[in-house]
Amino acid sequence: MTPYDPGADVIEVQRAPIPGPVRGTYRAFGETLRGLKTTFARIVEGPSTLQYPEEKTPVYPRFRGRHKLHRFEDTGLEKCVGCSLCAAACPADCIRVVAAENTPENRVSAGERYAAVYEINLSRCIFCGYCEVACPFDAITMGHDYEMSDYTRSDLIFTKEMLLAEPIERTPLRTEGE
Amino acid sequence: MTPFALVTYFEPWWIQIIKALVIFGVAFAILPILTVYERKLLGRFQGRYGPNRVGPFGLMQPLAEIVKFATKEPSRPTTSVGYLFRIAPAIAILTAVAGLALVPFGDVQTIFGYRVGLYGIDVSVGPLYVFAFAGISFYGIMLGGWSSGSKYSFLGAMRAAAQLISYEVSQALSLVGVIITAGTLSLTGIVHAQRGMWFFIPQFAGFLVFMLASFAETNRAPFDLVEADAELVGGYFTEYGGTGFVAYLFAEYMNMMVVSGIAVTMFFGGWLLPFGIHPPGWVDPIVVIVKILLFITFFIWIRATLPRLRYDQLMSLGWKILLPLATLNLLVTAILVAS
Repeated sequence: MTPYDPGADVIEVQRAPIPGPVRGTYRAFGETLRGLKTTFARIVEGPSTLQYPEEKTPVYPRFRGRHKLHRFEDTGLEKCVGCSLCAAACPADCIRVVAAENTPENRVSAGERYAAVYEINLSRCIFCGYCEVACPFDAITMGHDYEMSDYTRSDLIFTKEMLLAEPIERTPLRTEGE
Repeated sequence: MTPFALVTYFEPWWIQIIKALVIFGVAFAILPILTVYERKLLGRFQGRYGPNRVGPFGLMQPLAEIVKFATKEPSRPTTSVGYLFRIAPAIAILTAVAGLALVPFGDVQTIFGYRVGLYGIDVSVGPLYVFAFAGISFYGIMLGGWSSGSKYSFLGAMRAAAQLISYEVSQALSLVGVIITAGTLSLTGIVHAQRGMWFFIPQFAGFLVFMLASFAETNRAPFDLVEADAELVGGYFTEYGGTGFVAYLFAEYMNMMVVSGIAVTMFFGGWLLPFGIHPPGWVDPIVVIVKILLFITFFIWIRATLPRLRYDQLMSLGWKILLPLATLNLLVTAILVAS
């Protein structure tokens, strides 16, 4: 009977040398002490947790948060002329614009028409920022607010008044170099 | 005639009852603090805060949890063995508390004209008593795991049986060195014998073996194969909820306190302070409790550091390294003391 020959396709596995008594003891105790030092360094370092509701993550200047609608600062007229380009650009189809004519008695926007209804359904919005890009008058921009959770879906439909209102600045802005 | 062991009682019976209640009360007051302390410290070791929402610094966390656990609906698996399933946590906690009776928190003091020993009982078979109850405490785990009628619990209980048996041997042997050096089995006597030098210096090997074996005995990381949250979903107490779960949790922490107390008594001079400081008698319990807390901090530190051992590593460490080391330590001590 010939001894079993595994053949050429069996490759000898490279193994680390089995530690002797001295090296084994060093491994067991030395490495344990090194581990203890590592964990103790974490205590000295202190926690890196951000206590969220009290401390908020600062956002970058180009962070795309909740939308804002703008007015002209000098005249107070709305920038939005109700052209619906943002609604056309929106991939999530979350913007609804109904335009109306400006009259001399009731002048709302600087252009010929204004947005009688301007709604953004934030439960559909994907915060891509295409509306901001599409807008020819910079009337809509993405803000920095990211705390938008609510109890009902209908509360997430933001009307023109809510979007025009100065947002409660709840989000800190990241400083230079942070 | 002494039925089991010589127990030196010199207090009247009512002082003994008060003493027992005070020790029990203080220990049970410390336990919830320990649970929150462990979680906070573990958090710090991992670069986070741990519980800090309930009450000041999260100190009310255990209260909230106890209320939550106590109001849970009791339930047990249909495959479980009813009365054993209920008795098992009680055994676990009973043996842990019985072990606590032996930890000396201080010397004999004179309070209101009565001589009172600041310990539960001072038996002439000190460590044997501890090991006897440690042996019974394993029934709490074993019965709990077996009577649950669940595979995970059963595996955990089997592991516990093998682990506790193999580590109890080296734990006991490592203490024999101390007993030989002190020449007494009474725990207060052992503390008195450490007036010159704490025993962890001459018995350093014994101390190492004892600490390693204690980690295994209390089922703490890195020897928590019995619980092994990742593989056994909690091991022997998988099927327990509510008060049964709390009982096991408290038994584990109580065991930790007892083992730390024994380590303090045997190796770190009990209520003695180094550098010849002799505070008044009422400081003794505080000294002992602080030392116990330091040991528990070390337990937590180890838990935060070391990963769990593999089962064969656990067995070979226990039988091939700790047991020969403990025996060698015992032999060398015996030769040195005898010569």
